[in-house]
Amino acid sequence: MSTAESPGGIAFALVQAGKRYGKVHALERTSLAFAAGTTSALIGSSGSGKSTVLRLLLGLEWPDHGHVEVDGKPLQRSDVLPLRRRVGYVIQDGGLFPHLTALGNLALLPRHLGWNRERIQQRAEQLAALTHLPVGVLERYPAELSGGQRQRVALMRALMADPDALLLDEPLGALDPVVRHELQDELKQIFDQLGKTVIVVTHDLAEAAWFAERLVLLRRGAVLQDGTFHDLRDRPTDAFVSRFVEAQRRLPEAP
Amino acid sequence: MMRCLLPAPMLLGVCLLLGACLLPASAQAAPVRIGSKQFTESVILGELALAGAREAGIDAVHRRELGGTSILWRALLEGEIDAYPEYTGTLTQELLKGVPANADIATLRARLKPLGIGITDSLGFSDTYAIGMRDDEAARLGIKDISDLLQHPDLRFGFSNEFMDRGDGWPGLRRRYGLPQTNVSGLDHTLSYRAVASGAVDAIDLYSTDAEIPYYHLRTLRDDRRYFPRYEAVYLYRLALEQHAPAFVSVLHKLTGSIDEEAMRAMNARVKLRGVGENVVAADFLGIHADGHDGGLWPHLLQRSAEHVKLVAISLGLAMLLAIPLGILAARLRRLGQWVIGLTGVLQTVPSLAMFVFMIPLLGIGTWPAIAALFLYSLLPIVRNTHAGLVGIAPELRESAAALGLPPGVRLRRVELPLAMRSILAGIKTAAVINVGTATLAALIGAGGYGQPILTGIRLDDVGLILQGAIPAAVLALLVQGLFELVERWLTPRGLRLEARQ
Repeated sequence: MSTAESPGGIAFALVQAGKRYGKVHALERTSLAFAAGTTSALIGSSGSGKSTVLRLLLGLEWPDHGHVEVDGKPLQRSDVLPLRRRVGYVIQDGGLFPHLTALGNLALLPRHLGWNRERIQQRAEQLAALTHLPVGVLERYPAELSGGQRQRVALMRALMADPDALLLDEPLGALDPVVRHELQDELKQIFDQLGKTVIVVTHDLAEAAWFAERLVLLRRGAVLQDGTFHDLRDRPTDAFVSRFVEAQRRLPEAP
Repeated sequence: MMRCLLPAPMLLGVCLLLGACLLPASAQAAPVRIGSKQFTESVILGELALAGAREAGIDAVHRRELGGTSILWRALLEGEIDAYPEYTGTLTQELLKGVPANADIATLRARLKPLGIGITDSLGFSDTYAIGMRDDEAARLGIKDISDLLQHPDLRFGFSNEFMDRGDGWPGLRRRYGLPQTNVSGLDHTLSYRAVASGAVDAIDLYSTDAEIPYYHLRTLRDDRRYFPRYEAVYLYRLALEQHAPAFVSVLHKLTGSIDEEAMRAMNARVKLRGVGENVVAADFLGIHADGHDGGLWPHLLQRSAEHVKLVAISLGLAMLLAIPLGILAARLRRLGQWVIGLTGVLQTVPSLAMFVFMIPLLGIGTWPAIAALFLYSLLPIVRNTHAGLVGIAPELRESAAALGLPPGVRLRRVELPLAMRSILAGIKTAAVINVGTATLAALIGAGGYGQPILTGIRLDDVGLILQGAIPAAVLALLVQGLFELVERWLTPRGLRLEARQ
């Protein structure tokens, strides 16, 4: 694996995939494809099944029906570890390990992959520049970081081994509006720069539209509409789509 | 950064084990091992054999106060000890089946030979069971003989636990005389004198050579129906000694016929009532100088501390090596986990005294069976806390580790165990502190430690001696607590402490 950014990405697809937790249908049988190198946003209220999509794609959950395809091949349990190393995953509050410094968090996977200390340090500094994180912050523990810094470190951790895809689950959900706005700009730049497959989960329509051309709106475990922001606004397929768009428009920070 | 192969708490376990092995070992190249029961006369007779052996230039040790008859007998049969003082009545009534109660020593010798056990002739006195009452009380009620008790069904009896159970004890006595008393309680023999003196009970069992009989103004009731058999004092020894240590066997034989009842009662009185060491009394009797091995408080304290720390460290170290993996397994496999925790929980409910005694048929007496018992007690807190620490990790952290693409083993070592570290260490600390306390019972099966002076102190009614064991045990418990707090500070990742402060 090289430290240079490799273009391309991974093609993901759900094929008639459904997932239940007990009696609750987290996801009805759904087929969705994410082409390599594209950026998509999954939107919807909480409980709509959007996080479940990401968890299925990473093999953190397995569908009760149908299957997941990665680069056109059905995902097997034995493929999961190599797949996860090709994918960066960021969750709402970062999921940083509190017992390790920021650098320790970044180093976990690279060290397992056999990188030496210089290479880890070099890559960390490169990513710190990309995410506008002061290098000195890397020596701190998660408890000593601000919310924005923590999310930046989480993003860096996801990018350390130069993955082919980034899956982000409400990456900015826990941040205050100012920091959030700043990071939205940075993330957008990073996505455009890296040219990887990116799937962002958010409940914020404005944020989704800022990141991605393609928006997938989910409700109660089913896809309601799959299209551009303009499709959702001007050609809603369902009354709920309009309600969702309306509700978002009233947010004071909506563009 | 260092890559450690074992999680830190398990390394700690290995360190404890290694450390314990550096402590002075108690058993070396096969000295003759003399045992004694948990009462003064037996200890004095043990000391007499020891002093005689040393006088004859034989390397010998005395494992004092190992417990009751069954423990000593089994220890002798299994070769854990080589000799101990016994009484003929106990042999005919308890230990040998189908021997007439009045069997002579020649008969006993013939019966013991197939067991590989030898017996000396009588040491010169008989320490028979008797029933004693306060002299003034007995005079008031007009009681002289045991059959006089028939007229007083309301009298309260306090009998030693051994006397309550054994065939030649209370059940047989009641049958022989038809005694009607129902208020009968079990007491420790050394406490029963005070119970009868204070009027808490009216009659007790006693041994005819007990020093307390004149001291507490007791009357021994005449056994008018000749119920109690003779209890001639003898030494039992392993016949194998006649090959490896014939000199020791002749030391034992030389002691026969040399101690009469009065001499024994006087020796008992010097130890029990005047607080003279058993070794000094034994040496005086033999007309030699007391051995230097009873060298005062500090060397004793040092030796007991070494024994106690060794018991705790080895049992705890072994427990960590097993309990941490068990806890990990329990956290991984829920169903199995419930079984593991349930099973270790059951072990915890076994009364500690019983646990130590259970170990004797399996492992004999001494350090290792005590370590085995303490080991079993240490499992539960460590297993449970390891399990709780792992299960309690926030699901998003567990999932973040999985999503990174780290294999399960690496996740466990780098993420899950460090996050569970505090809980695991707390479990180890609990086990260690409990162990320090429970290890005082190890003296009952000859493992020494701080329990030894406590046992002797109870036997001699010597509070000072009890404190010589109880205070260091309490101090050690505090030290262990403090030590583990340091270890906790050292092993808990800084980031977790910062997090806890927020």
